[in-house]
Amino acid sequence: MMRLYGPKAWIALGVAAVLISVLPHFLSSYWVTLIGKIMCYAIVAIAMDLIWGYCGILSLGHGLFFALGGYAMGMHLMRQIGREGQYQSDLPDFMVFLDWKELPWQWWNTDQFWWAMLLVVAVPGLLALVFGYFAFRSRVKGVYFSIITQALTFAAMLLFFRNATGFGGNNGFTDFKRILGFTITSPETRAALFAVTGAVLIATLLLARWIVTSKLGRVLTAIRDAETRAAFCGYNTVHYKVAVFTLSAVLCGIAGALYVPQVGIINPSEMSPANSIEIAIWVALGGRGTLIGPILGAGVVNGAKSFFTQAFPEYWLYFLGLLFILATLFLPQGIAGLAQRWKDKRV
Amino acid sequence: MRSLALVLLLSIAGGALAIDKAAVDKLAFGDGDERIAAIGALVAEADPRAVEVLKALGEGEMQTAGKRVLIVRGELGIDAFTGEKVAPLPAEREDVVANNRLRGAIGDALAALRLLSPERAMRLAAAKELATGVDASMLPLVNKALEQETDAGIRPLLELVVASMQMKGGDKAQRLAAIRMLGESTSPNSKTLLAEAARDTDEEIRGEAQKSLRAVEGRLAWGERFGLLFAGVSLGSILLLAALGLAITYGLMGVINMAHGELIMIGAYATYVVQNLFRAYLPGAFDWYLLAAVPAAFVVSACVGMILERMVIRWLYGRPLETLLATWGISLMLIQLVRTLFGAQNVQVENPAFMSGGIQALSNVVLPWSRVMIIAFTGLVLTGTWLLLTRTRLGLFVRGVTQNRDMASCVGVPTARVDTWAFGLGSGIAGLAGCALAQLGNVGPDLGQGYIVDSFMVVVFGGVGQLAGTVYAALTLGFANKFLEAWSGAVLAKIALLVFIIIFIQRRPQGLFALKGRSVEA
Repeated sequence: MMRLYGPKAWIALGVAAVLISVLPHFLSSYWVTLIGKIMCYAIVAIAMDLIWGYCGILSLGHGLFFALGGYAMGMHLMRQIGREGQYQSDLPDFMVFLDWKELPWQWWNTDQFWWAMLLVVAVPGLLALVFGYFAFRSRVKGVYFSIITQALTFAAMLLFFRNATGFGGNNGFTDFKRILGFTITSPETRAALFAVTGAVLIATLLLARWIVTSKLGRVLTAIRDAETRAAFCGYNTVHYKVAVFTLSAVLCGIAGALYVPQVGIINPSEMSPANSIEIAIWVALGGRGTLIGPILGAGVVNGAKSFFTQAFPEYWLYFLGLLFILATLFLPQGIAGLAQRWKDKRV
Repeated sequence: MRSLALVLLLSIAGGALAIDKAAVDKLAFGDGDERIAAIGALVAEADPRAVEVLKALGEGEMQTAGKRVLIVRGELGIDAFTGEKVAPLPAEREDVVANNRLRGAIGDALAALRLLSPERAMRLAAAKELATGVDASMLPLVNKALEQETDAGIRPLLELVVASMQMKGGDKAQRLAAIRMLGESTSPNSKTLLAEAARDTDEEIRGEAQKSLRAVEGRLAWGERFGLLFAGVSLGSILLLAALGLAITYGLMGVINMAHGELIMIGAYATYVVQNLFRAYLPGAFDWYLLAAVPAAFVVSACVGMILERMVIRWLYGRPLETLLATWGISLMLIQLVRTLFGAQNVQVENPAFMSGGIQALSNVVLPWSRVMIIAFTGLVLTGTWLLLTRTRLGLFVRGVTQNRDMASCVGVPTARVDTWAFGLGSGIAGLAGCALAQLGNVGPDLGQGYIVDSFMVVVFGGVGQLAGTVYAALTLGFANKFLEAWSGAVLAKIALLVFIIIFIQRRPQGLFALKGRSVEA
C-alpha cells in the first residue's frame, strides 16, 4: 500500500472519498450532473495518460472506446424503458419508427444487466486488442498511429450514423427511464451514480498508480523513451503496448458506461474525431506522466467549457484553441509540472 | 415572285378558316379526355389561330359566353373560332379553367407546334423537349413534322418521339415497329419505356421489348461505365488538390498540420470575397473573377500558413505529436475567426457563366464544365508544384532539407527560411484547393473539417515524401470510392475505404511509395 502513495496522499484520497459520498446531498442537480460528468472524463484522462504519458503512444481513438462503452450501457437502458416508450412497444421507440419487427442480433440479451456490463468491458477491449495487435506488430507508431486511430474513429462514427447499423442512427439513445429498477432522474439515483463514478475514479487512479510503479510501468516508460533499445534488451514491446492499449480502452469503456446514465443521451457525435483530440488536451494541460495532472486537466478544461458555452459561447473555441497552443508551447509538463517546479523552488 | 407570295398568303389565310369549330367547342365545354383530344385535333391543323387559342387557354384568357368561345384580354375580346373582334363584350361570361393535366398537354402542344418553325435551333429545342415524354394525342402533328423535316440532326429525335408515342397508343404492328425503333436508341427514356413494355400482357410485344431493352441497356452500360470513370477522376482530382499541400508540409517537412483543412477553407473564403468585390465594383467583368480569385486564394492561405509557421510550428519541430495538438488548436481558432467575420451560415460562391452547363459526352453522360475545369486545374497545379520542386533553387533546398537537415544546414542552406517558404507553398496550394472547392458547393466555416481525414489518408496511403505517391493514391481512392459507391452506397463505401487504408498501413506502413532508408527507427 505504501508503495503506491505516502501517508499524506492516502489521507487526501480518504478525504476525497468522503467528499464524493456526501457532496451530492448538498449540491443542486446541475452541479451533481456536471461534476459526475467531469469525473467520467477524468477516468478517460487517466486512461489516456497511461498510454500517452507513460508509453508515448498518442491514440486518437479513445473517444470511440468511450462511446462504445456508452452505447453498451445505452442499449441496456433502452431495454429497461420497457413499454413506457411513446409507442408502448417492447422494442425501443426508434425501431418501431423504422418499422422493425424484432431486435437485431446486436441487441441479444441486452436486457440482462450483467451482459450489458460484459459488453461495456469486452467490446472496447476486444477492438483495442485486435487493432492494437496488428498496428503494433507492423510497427505503426508515432503520428501514423494517431492518424489511423483517427480514421478508425471517423469510420465508426459514419457507421453509427446509419440507421441500418441498429443503434438509433443520428439520434442515438435517449429518454431513459430506469436503471436497475430505480427511476433514473430521482435525486437518490443521481447521488448513487455520482458515488459509484467517484469510487471508480479513485480505483482507476490506484490501479494506474500500481501499474506505473510496477515493473510493467518501468518497461512502458522505457518503450516511450527508447523503444528500439527496450526491444534490443529483450522485451517484446508489442505485448506491452497491446496490453496497455487494451487496458486503456477498457477504462474508457467503463467511463462511457458511467457517463450515459448521468447525462441521459448517447449519439454518434461522441465519436467525432474532435472529441478524441480534446481528450489529449486534458492530459497535455494537466501534465503527461503524472496521474493527478490529467484529472486536473479534465476538470479545468470541462469546467471552462461549461462556463464558456453558457456565458460566452462564441469565445469557447478561441479559448480551447489557445489552450491547445499554449499548453504545447509553454507547458510541456502541464499544470502538474508547473506545481512541481514551484514546490522545488520553495525547497 | 409576287404571285408566289400571294399564293402563300392565301394558303395561310385558308388555313385560318380551316380551324375546327367542334374542337374549339370541346376545348371550352368538354370533359377531361375530350379536351385533351381537342388539343390534339387543333394541333393537327397547325395554323396560327389554333396556336392562339391554345395559348389563351394555357394563360387563362379563354372565356365562354353562352355558346360562344371568346379570348378576352383586358377589355378586348376576340371570337376564338372566327378571330373577329367582339365589342362590346357580352355581360355574362365564364372563365374556362385549365387543370394541370391540360396545362401539360398545352405545353406539349405548343412545343410540338414549334417543330414546324422555320428556325433550326427552335425545332431542335422542341424535339428535345418532346423527347422527354409527350402525350399520344400529339402524334398526327409530330408525324407531319417528321414528313417535312430534312435536318439530319432533328430527324432521329423526331423518329424517337414518334416511336415512343406509338409504343403507348398505336396498334400491335405499330407498337412492334416502335419497339424495334427504340431498340436502336441510346436515350435513358427509351429504356424506361421499354422496361414498361417488357411487362406487357402480349407475348410477342413482351419478347420484342425484352430484346430491345437488352440492346439499349448494353449501349447505356458503356455510358454508365464512362460516367463512373469520370466521377472517379473528378473525385480523385479533388482529393489530390486537397492533399497536395499536405504532401509538402507533412510528406516533405514532416509537420502534422491539422489546420490544413482550415487553410483550404480560408482559400474558399478568399474566393468568396474576391467574387463579392467583383460583383460590387466590376460587374461587367464578373465572369473573370476567378482569374483574380486563384492568386488571391493562394496568397491569403500562404500568408496565414507562413505566419503560423513563424509563430507556432517553428518551435515544435521534431515533436510531431505536440505539433498535431497545437495545429488542431489553430484550426479551432481559425474556424471561430471565420465564423465571427462571415457568420456561421454557409455563403454562396457563384460559378462564372462559362463554367455552368456541361459537355454531352454520351446520350446519358453529361460532364459538368466545373468538374472538367477542376480536373484541368489540378493538372496545372500539380505540374507547377512538380516544376517548383525539381527545377528551382527553392525546390532543391526543400528536397535537401528533407533528406538531411543537418547536412543541408552545413553547406549553407538557410533551413529555417526554407521551412517557412515550403510551409507557405503547402498552405498556398491548400488555398487553391479551397478556390476550386468553392466552385462545387457551399462554403462554410466547417468546410475544411470534411477534408482533413481524407487528405491525411491520401498522403499516408501514397507514402511520405513523394509527390508521385500522392497522385497515385488520390486517383486510386477516387476511383475506389466511386466504384464502391455505385455498389454499396456512399457511407458504406467511405467506411470500407477507411478500413482498407487502416489494414493497408498495417501491411505497408511506409505507404505505396517510400523513400529508401537504412534507419532502424524509420
